[in-house]
Amino acid sequence: MYDFAYHKPSSVADAVKLLAADPDARPISGGQTLLPALKHRLNKPSSIVDLSGIAELKGIRREGDRLVIGALVKHHEVANSPEVKAAIPALAQMAGTIGDTQVRNRGTIGGSVANNDPAADYPAAVLGLGATVVTDKRRIAADDFFQGMFTTALEPGELLVAVEFPIPEKAGYAKMRNPASRYVMAGVFVARTKDGVRVAVNGAGPGVFRQAEMEQALAANWAPEAVAGVRQSPDGLNADIHGSAEYRAHLVTVMAKRAVASAG
Amino acid sequence: MNVVAPFEGIGASVKRKEDLRFLSGRGQYTDDIDRPGQTYACILRSPHAHALIRGIDLAAAKAMPGVVAIFTGADMTGIGGLPCGWQIHNKDGSPMAEPPHPVLAQGKVRHVGDSVAVVIAGTRAQARDAAEAIEVDYEVLPAVATMEAALGAGAPRVHDGVEGNLCYDWHIGDPAVNAAAFRGAHKVVEFDLVNNRLIPNAMEPRAAVGDYDPTTGDYTLYTTSQNPHVIRLLMGAFVLQLPEHKLRVVAPDVGGGFGSKIFHYAEEAIVTWAAGKLARPVKWTADRTESFITDAHGRDHVTKARLALDKDGRFLALHVRTLANMGAYLSTFSTSVPTYLYATLLAGVYTTPTVYAEVKAVFTNTTPVDAYRGAGRPEATFLLERLVDVAAREMGMDRVEIRRRNFIPADAYPYQTPVALQYDSGDHVATLDEALKVAQWDSFEARRAEAKTRGKLRGIGISTYLEACGIAPSAVVGALGARAGLYEVGTIRVHPTGSVTVLTGTHSHGQGHETTLAQLVTDRLGVPLAQVDIVHGDTAKIPFGMGTYGSRSLAVGGSAMVKAMDKIVAKARKIAAHLLEASVEDVEFDRGTFRVAGTDRTKSWGEICLTAYVPHNYPIEEIEPGLEETAFYDPKNFTYPGGCHICEVEIDPETGHVDVVNFTAVDDVGRVINPMIVEGQVQGGVAQGIGQALLETAVYDENGQLLSASFMDYQMPRAGDLPPVSVATHATLCTHNPLGVKGCGEVGAIGSPPAVINAVVDALKEFGVRHIEMPATPAKIWNIIHADHKLAAE
Ligand SMILES: Cc1cc2nc3c(=O)[nH]c(=O)nc-3n(C[C@H](O)[C@H](O)[C@H](O)COP(=O)(O)OP(=O)(O)OC[C@H]3O[C@@H](n4cnc5c(N)ncnc54)[C@H](O)[C@@H]3O)c2cc1C
Repeated sequence: MYDFAYHKPSSVADAVKLLAADPDARPISGGQTLLPALKHRLNKPSSIVDLSGIAELKGIRREGDRLVIGALVKHHEVANSPEVKAAIPALAQMAGTIGDTQVRNRGTIGGSVANNDPAADYPAAVLGLGATVVTDKRRIAADDFFQGMFTTALEPGELLVAVEFPIPEKAGYAKMRNPASRYVMAGVFVARTKDGVRVAVNGAGPGVFRQAEMEQALAANWAPEAVAGVRQSPDGLNADIHGSAEYRAHLVTVMAKRAVASAG
Repeated sequence: MNVVAPFEGIGASVKRKEDLRFLSGRGQYTDDIDRPGQTYACILRSPHAHALIRGIDLAAAKAMPGVVAIFTGADMTGIGGLPCGWQIHNKDGSPMAEPPHPVLAQGKVRHVGDSVAVVIAGTRAQARDAAEAIEVDYEVLPAVATMEAALGAGAPRVHDGVEGNLCYDWHIGDPAVNAAAFRGAHKVVEFDLVNNRLIPNAMEPRAAVGDYDPTTGDYTLYTTSQNPHVIRLLMGAFVLQLPEHKLRVVAPDVGGGFGSKIFHYAEEAIVTWAAGKLARPVKWTADRTESFITDAHGRDHVTKARLALDKDGRFLALHVRTLANMGAYLSTFSTSVPTYLYATLLAGVYTTPTVYAEVKAVFTNTTPVDAYRGAGRPEATFLLERLVDVAAREMGMDRVEIRRRNFIPADAYPYQTPVALQYDSGDHVATLDEALKVAQWDSFEARRAEAKTRGKLRGIGISTYLEACGIAPSAVVGALGARAGLYEVGTIRVHPTGSVTVLTGTHSHGQGHETTLAQLVTDRLGVPLAQVDIVHGDTAKIPFGMGTYGSRSLAVGGSAMVKAMDKIVAKARKIAAHLLEASVEDVEFDRGTFRVAGTDRTKSWGEICLTAYVPHNYPIEEIEPGLEETAFYDPKNFTYPGGCHICEVEIDPETGHVDVVNFTAVDDVGRVINPMIVEGQVQGGVAQGIGQALLETAVYDENGQLLSASFMDYQMPRAGDLPPVSVATHATLCTHNPLGVKGCGEVGAIGSPPAVINAVVDALKEFGVRHIEMPATPAKIWNIIHADHKLAAE
């Protein structure tokens, strides 16, 4: 990695100040995405702002009909949190399948959502549940937050502070892993809330997206059979040495079916 | 009377002596070695598969902080290229094409990762920073990334002097006899298949530290090698022209090799040479990306085969035509792998009377390819065991029955094959029957039916194989083109109080020699295991050695130790006879006790050892003091482990995912010294075999860029991918080495891939699948299922 300056602020305000002062500064949370990039010299930040000392970014809280998860909360904590398991078991289950033990004990929800890797797990849950992303300046609806491969509505220097999830009536997640990286090859998060049904697809395309036809089918009939006949178009999906766009499109239907089945 | 705990000798599953060191993080690997005043090397690597170097501008790089020196090919013209250790001859008798393999590129790069320049600096980061500042003016040339492209008319040449990119066109067997046998056949089964290219991925990346003492002119190279003496010989004699007494090569703890650390690599010569030039130690450690693009890859064959059968399913003749990818340069043993380690195995466990094999070795603009766990034998086994399954199906015969009908019977040993080898022992019916029983082969259809109720496609596959290892008789391999002898060396150093240090020319990089080889001493001399230490991996300590590969350590290295122990016992008996005032003929030795036959007059091991070093009362006229013996052992033949592997899989037809649900290995590895270590070796080999069959493959694009150049895209097997592997052994003893051992290091990787693919094909039989190329990935299987049978997602 290249040399950089290192800061460890203890408040969101200080972190934002440090980021504002240096356009080439980067925040770091669990480092599970940023550190490998630095080690490969794919990134050359002038300074690193370590968020791990900021208490405001930690903790999982139930606030009425919402579950609020601080940006620094690790995958392992979400997977094992009694609050999450009670409110959104599918979210806990999903977090427990991210990467491996080491990754889950370092990686954070804030880092994952801010990074918006098309093959990451969290974006599907955030979009599928219709969550709200809270930053140091504003609140952003999931539908507006994710803007395609590694791109989000976050502005330079803006910090993701928490994610607020509505508590669904039912939710489920299923994914097929990429055989090599074990990130998501095609995944589907389904949720039914009082506002309706949402279906979010990750892994298969260049970014997480909603599957409208499946949403309609499930709104009419919440059952695996309802989505089994809905075909995802391969147009615009990813194709690589691990599988064609057609294969991924097919997996979307299979995973949707399994996600609904797991939601019960 | 017998002080030795018998459970530490041959046959005891004692725990590995080395594991405390490894499991507690206290191994000493090459990168752990730091020399005073050390500098760090970073190699600038070619980003192109094929390009001319029009110029290299070092000005900016030289001005970077910490830079000590930068060298390019222009600085290294005085030294030799990396040698190839095995010369193959063409069908017409002419020698193979052997283009130079420069240590640093000379005007042209031939694969992504080819070394262009080396920066030596005060820190690793400084070296890398400066390497990034080097400006190379490349003229990119069209590349040949596949053998098909390389052999095409008018293809670009990897080496200007090598016409048609053909390294050699070799054959074995009698073409006329073979052709005649085909004419009389009831049926001919034709079959094409690919053996996928693999990237070894040892846990420890390669590393090398060069050191030079200007006051003595002594060089030391610490390196991640499976065979330090071979590196000293190749690098000293062919590359740097350094005599052995001025060059010490140390291979300390090495974190896995699987073949990839046999070969002499450019970086070893670079750090040694640069240390001399700069009179400062130079360290280089590969990062994982460098390992992917510069460690020699494995396999990569494309084969067309024809099998002739009579009406009863007996094999009459086999004809095989194989293209073998050499990559851009000839790595040390690359040329032997698809010839003498592959085609000579094409009789397998069968009585096929005539085998004719033609092998073309091809240069491409890819990383060099060389021996990888099994080296040639997995390729032969995969071909044969797939072909036999296809033949069974096309003859309407049972897969097991066709094998039984063609087995070499146990009483036919020693058995001369039509492709040079003479197998010494084996019992294929025994290993087959045992495996069928353990795997519950006969009740499989019930399990298939049950899986179906869960929506899963279940299949079972079998492979009955044999391999040749314990390499090898020097005279034989010499006649076949090897430029080295393949004996092994062992020194038994008995200390005055009776403990023992063994110096062995083999090298342990995961195999557990420090335990297994010590067990040989315990068994023979009666010295407790705790009092036996094995020393390996240092040319300054060990007289000589050819190292560890080809499952040779026990069969060849262990046999050398037995010979040395024979000499120790002979001398010790003389000392005992003197002390016991008996004649030598009357003195018996049994694990620690010398006894005058038929009496209770004895001397202990300790007394004899002490006497050897404190020779007050000693037959000094007859023998010298001391108790240390060395033996060189040259094997009389290869050893021939074999056995039967059975794999059971379940496929999810919706995703194409293959779950290996059961794996049974019943192997004949000859006498078993430590059953626990054998089990571990077999399991590890099977893991690699499952990796090859289902997960791993090196993929190049048409420009010669490696697409699977990280673990994000290259699928290493993980614990969760692997089934419980049931390992059993059934020994027929090797008849020509003193221990009766055959070798267990590679059997797992050799026998398993066809068992896995046979199971996958069996699971998919309702789709009319004849073959599926490795790795059988979910996407590939999904394509097969959906090609002619649009399985609805519902
Ligand atoms: C071996 C391995 C396997 C993995 N497998 C999976 C997998 O299966 N599924 C999956 O989803 N992920 C996987 N990951 C990624 C992992 O989940 C990461 O933890 C996650 O993507 C990023 O979280 P982090 O806390 O590590 O973020 P970091 O690496 O610290 O940061 C990631 C990016 O987000 C930015 N950032 C971090 N925090 C904030 C913030 N609060 N506000 C604004 N920007 C911020 C950083 O500047 C950086 O650009 C894997 C990672 C590894 C190393």
